[in-house]
Amino acid sequence: MTTLLASPIAMLPALVAEYVDFAATHFDELVVLTIQHALLAADTIAIAVPIAVTLGVATTYDDRAATVILWLAGIAMTIPSLALFGLLIPFLGIGSPPVIFALVLYSQLPVIRNTYVGLTKIDEATLSAGRGLGMTRRQRLRRIQLPIAMPVILAGVRNAVVIVIGVAAVGAYVGADGLGEYIFEGIRTGNTTMIVVATIAVSLLALAVDYTFGVVEQYLRLRNGETIDQALGTRFLTTLLSVRNTHQ
Amino acid sequence: MIEFDSVTKVYPDGTTAIEDISFTVEEGTTTVLVGPSGCGKTTTMRLVNRLEEPTDGAVYFDGENTRSVDEIELRRNIGYVIQEIGLFDHMTVGENIATVPELKGWDEARIDDRIDELLELMALPREFRDQYPTELSGGQRQRVGVARALAADPDVLLMDEPFGALDPITRDDLQDEFLAIQDRINTTIIFVTHSINEALKMGDKIAIFDVGEIVQYDTPHEILANPATEFVEDFIGENRLLKQLSITPVSDVMDPVEAHADQFDDVGGTAAAADGGERLSDPPSPSTDLRSSFITLLEADRSMSPVVEDGEVVGVITESGIRSHFRDGTEGA
Ligand SMILES: Nc1ncnc2c1ncn2[C@@H]1O[C@H](COP(=O)(O)OP(=O)(O)O)[C@@H](O)[C@H]1O
Ligand SMILES: [Mg+2]
Repeated sequence: MTTLLASPIAMLPALVAEYVDFAATHFDELVVLTIQHALLAADTIAIAVPIAVTLGVATTYDDRAATVILWLAGIAMTIPSLALFGLLIPFLGIGSPPVIFALVLYSQLPVIRNTYVGLTKIDEATLSAGRGLGMTRRQRLRRIQLPIAMPVILAGVRNAVVIVIGVAAVGAYVGADGLGEYIFEGIRTGNTTMIVVATIAVSLLALAVDYTFGVVEQYLRLRNGETIDQALGTRFLTTLLSVRNTHQ
Repeated sequence: MIEFDSVTKVYPDGTTAIEDISFTVEEGTTTVLVGPSGCGKTTTMRLVNRLEEPTDGAVYFDGENTRSVDEIELRRNIGYVIQEIGLFDHMTVGENIATVPELKGWDEARIDDRIDELLELMALPREFRDQYPTELSGGQRQRVGVARALAADPDVLLMDEPFGALDPITRDDLQDEFLAIQDRINTTIIFVTHSINEALKMGDKIAIFDVGEIVQYDTPHEILANPATEFVEDFIGENRLLKQLSITPVSDVMDPVEAHADQFDDVGGTAAAADGGERLSDPPSPSTDLRSSFITLLEADRSMSPVVEDGEVVGVITESGIRSHFRDGTEGA
């Protein structure tokens, strides 16, 4: 009994040593896979965000359209990723295209929802002032609504990126590049170390991107004159850019 | 300049905000719309820049029906200080002020100069330019709101209870300052308030609203001297005579210096007097109101005082002069 309980804990130092060893010997390949993974996510976000923000803006024009769009984006999120890849392969082939397409679909809900919320939760008096000063609807959107909503929209993008980085790993199953390759190879060959190290790399990538987006979000809030508790990275960024000076 | 011709406004939910309202605002004057809350003042104001459209009747701007003018163009030529101020908190004070000039496509240098000019006009320090509105006090935010409305030098300025949310001292200061600014800018102003005292202080003409209609449209003097209805009388409240004294400048009542030449030891230059009371350290000027000049006389135990402007005696204010004005003012009532 005691050996059974003690064994995993006793084995921990040995395991860690094994993972570190694996990471060190496969370092170059891991870096390449991480970069590929990040690029896949970046491609996805570059396509997904303009679509989602446009749809988000559209939802503010019509309540019924809002309900339908948010409902569809919600449905899309419930489709299992492997099933979706499989459904797309006949149309888009294997490799990155079906994966990017699916990930774009998954990114829609958080970004559309946050765009809608960001644009509609703006103080009525502020918008009324804009109208009274002679702004057209477009000018109110561009000069008032979008800048104020930007941190909220970015929070949605941040949400989407984390989902995308996670699900992208599954994409390797249908031939997309990225850290998923190691995970599936590990499964195939029964190499647990390979799976664990690749999974940790995915998590670290997600955390790093999440933090970076968090800093940019705070930076946008500062530019909007909000007072916030700044993260270390934000303080670094604001010192670097010296917000107040660029903002005249 | 602005004419309301039998204007009725019924909101989509069936609320009749104003009914059959007619009045004319003269160019270069300040017209105050005053009345209890919910009587249609804001609605009337929003009809001027077409934030609302009349259900019946028409609003004319420089003789032209506002319906035939492009609404965006119209709003850019009419400054508007909304009831809630509505500053753009995500922009700096400078950017807020630059709003309408930017919409009108002014070049950057001109906008830049204009921002500085307005900060100075509204007695705001230059450093505020790059600060955010959330960093300012209520009174300062209100000044920024007025500066933003005045930025593109509008022909007409609409102000909806601009000083309503301020503490009494700040409000009084801003009122005084704004009266001085008003003299400099020569803009036609429509000013909404629920306070009769503010209306009497700020207005050249006052329109008194009862639910949905104007019950009297007159000068402050006429309204105090001859309230048209019981509602107006009630609305003016107590101390009508005192209010009348408060809005009458010394220049309306003062005698020429020559009439009292024998009373002064030095008519040309000093504020000294020879009627037995104390010397006045702070004699009234022609623009001082009668109420405070009367108090000055009482405090110094004197029956008359020189009226001084720029170090020169320009007239004499006497207790009997004030008394007779007091009597004349009440005779009509
Ligand atoms: N958008 C609106 N829809 C319906 N009723 C309104 C609207 N705006 C104002 N009202 C109503 O019209 C009346 C006059 O309102 P308002 O012009 O704001 O009065 P005031 O500015 O004198 O307080 C009030 O009864 C108010 O409830
Ligand atoms: Mg109102």
